[in-house]
Amino acid sequence: MAMKIRTMRRHVNESFKSLGRNGWMTFASVSAVTVSLVLVGLFLMVMFNLNKIAGDIESDVEVRVYLDQSISQSEQDALATELKGIKNVQEVRFQSKKEGLNNLLESLGNDKKSFTDLQKENPLPNAFILKTKQPEQTIAVAKKAEQLPNVTDVRYGKGTVERLFSFIRIARNVGIVLILGLLFTSVFLIANTIKLTIVARRSEIEIMKLVGATNAFVRWPYFIEGLVMGVMGSILPIVLVMVVYRLAYYNLGGDLQQMFIKLIPYHTMVTNLSLLLVAIGALIGVWGSLNSVRKFLKV
Amino acid sequence: MSDAIVMQNVWKAYPNGVMALNGIDLSVKQGEFVYIVGPSGAGKSTFIKMIFRELKPTRGKIFVNSKNIANLRERQVPYLRRKIGIVFQDFRLLPKLTVYENVAFALEVIEEHPRQIKKRVMDVLDLVGLKHKLRSFPNQLSGGEQQRVSIARSIVNRPPVLIADEPTGNLDPETSWQIMDVFKRINDQGTTIIMATHNRDIVNKVRHRVLALEGGMIVRDQQEGDYGYED
Ligand SMILES: Nc1ncnc2c1ncn2[C@@H]1O[C@H](COP(=O)(O)OP(=O)(O)OP(=O)(O)O)[C@@H](O)[C@H]1O
Ligand SMILES: [Mg+2]
Repeated sequence: MAMKIRTMRRHVNESFKSLGRNGWMTFASVSAVTVSLVLVGLFLMVMFNLNKIAGDIESDVEVRVYLDQSISQSEQDALATELKGIKNVQEVRFQSKKEGLNNLLESLGNDKKSFTDLQKENPLPNAFILKTKQPEQTIAVAKKAEQLPNVTDVRYGKGTVERLFSFIRIARNVGIVLILGLLFTSVFLIANTIKLTIVARRSEIEIMKLVGATNAFVRWPYFIEGLVMGVMGSILPIVLVMVVYRLAYYNLGGDLQQMFIKLIPYHTMVTNLSLLLVAIGALIGVWGSLNSVRKFLKV
Repeated sequence: MSDAIVMQNVWKAYPNGVMALNGIDLSVKQGEFVYIVGPSGAGKSTFIKMIFRELKPTRGKIFVNSKNIANLRERQVPYLRRKIGIVFQDFRLLPKLTVYENVAFALEVIEEHPRQIKKRVMDVLDLVGLKHKLRSFPNQLSGGEQQRVSIARSIVNRPPVLIADEPTGNLDPETSWQIMDVFKRINDQGTTIIMATHNRDIVNKVRHRVLALEGGMIVRDQQEGDYGYED
């Protein structure tokens, strides 16, 4: 049953009238949402990037086994078999020195040109790339591989990954606690504002219910009020996120790229985060308002 | 079935343990006018509140227009109330709305069509004799006029049943008669009226069926009955 446009217009009118009448409380609630969402926005901006970087590195968790330059084909085949025999090794892939160089140049991206002389005399040895089943198995696999003949060097990135992961874990937990606290405060403030507007219209609600208005009909204006406050509270945080991420992305992005770290692209980040912030704002607002209207409907 | 309201063995215990109604059996025909009388605390208001499901009976069945409302789902309650007009002692008008708006409000919140609203509101204001006051605010009206506005609001949706809890309780004898005059007109149009009252004069002069409640039980059910108490 579609709601009549006339009815919807009435609900919207009612809610804006009431938002205006309770101007200061509205302002306070919207500000609370704003403050919370600013922090949520900045936090998520950092967390999303850390997660992506960790993911990038994790997918990169492989053990590189560099081979003696003078190794013969049969020795190489024997080594491959031995590597495959190591416990927890999932995959063994041969990477020629040429392939290795190409990969390296690719990951350097724009700075490729300064490395062109490398192509003339490739310093990289041939290698086997091992993938383990789990990231934490790399260390054991690397130790075993080191002891095999014709292996000059073994590389893996375990330490970095672990430190990054534990940092992310801590940051995430602290952030979540702080933000939940802030979000609940906003919900509470919105609920309170709505409650005031309801108290002011208590006899109106009573009469509405007496003459047979449905709960949904009574609820709509308050629902809209909460929604409007929540969404208004997300405007400033979204603008801020856009500005801050623009600065961060275009200033820091280049330096980080030198260290093979890629940030989430500007548009992806801003689009996703904006949608998320609006959604959280709307949710807070609606939750707060429906929460406080519930008690008054039991007439 | 032409019974507007039927109660079968209805009991009501309040959460604090007070037994307000103790086994009520009764049927009221469509178009009847019934007074509910009895001493203070007899259960008159409790009885009235059962009919529009402000309260649920602890036991028993209540049929309004042949539908048992004792276990009516919460979602259905609004639709029950659209079939029942309700009038209280204290009028319950919205002070910031005019007479016209107060009456129209009852139709707006059940999403009646605007063209219908205007016609019905004017008709019903005419019926209660307040067409000339439609732009006044409640505080510009006498008690009797305010009560007539509230009656207009309660019947603007043309409910088959009108229930009133001491509608003349706040009014002087003179104005009380205006209210009775309005009720007579509404009753003449076929609307069932159930009215809880302490007004002996009215009950004795305008004779209708009288139900006397005492201690939550019906102690007397008399056609064209009298008030019967000396309070
Ligand atoms: N909400 C309530 N909670 C507990 N007990 C109640 C409640 N409402 C009424 N009662 C009790 O139920 C009994 C019947 O009350 P009710 O209001 O129905 O009487 P009444 O006949 O309308 O009285 P009056 O003529 O004074 O209006 C009384 O003993 C009263 O104290
Ligand atoms: Mg009473």
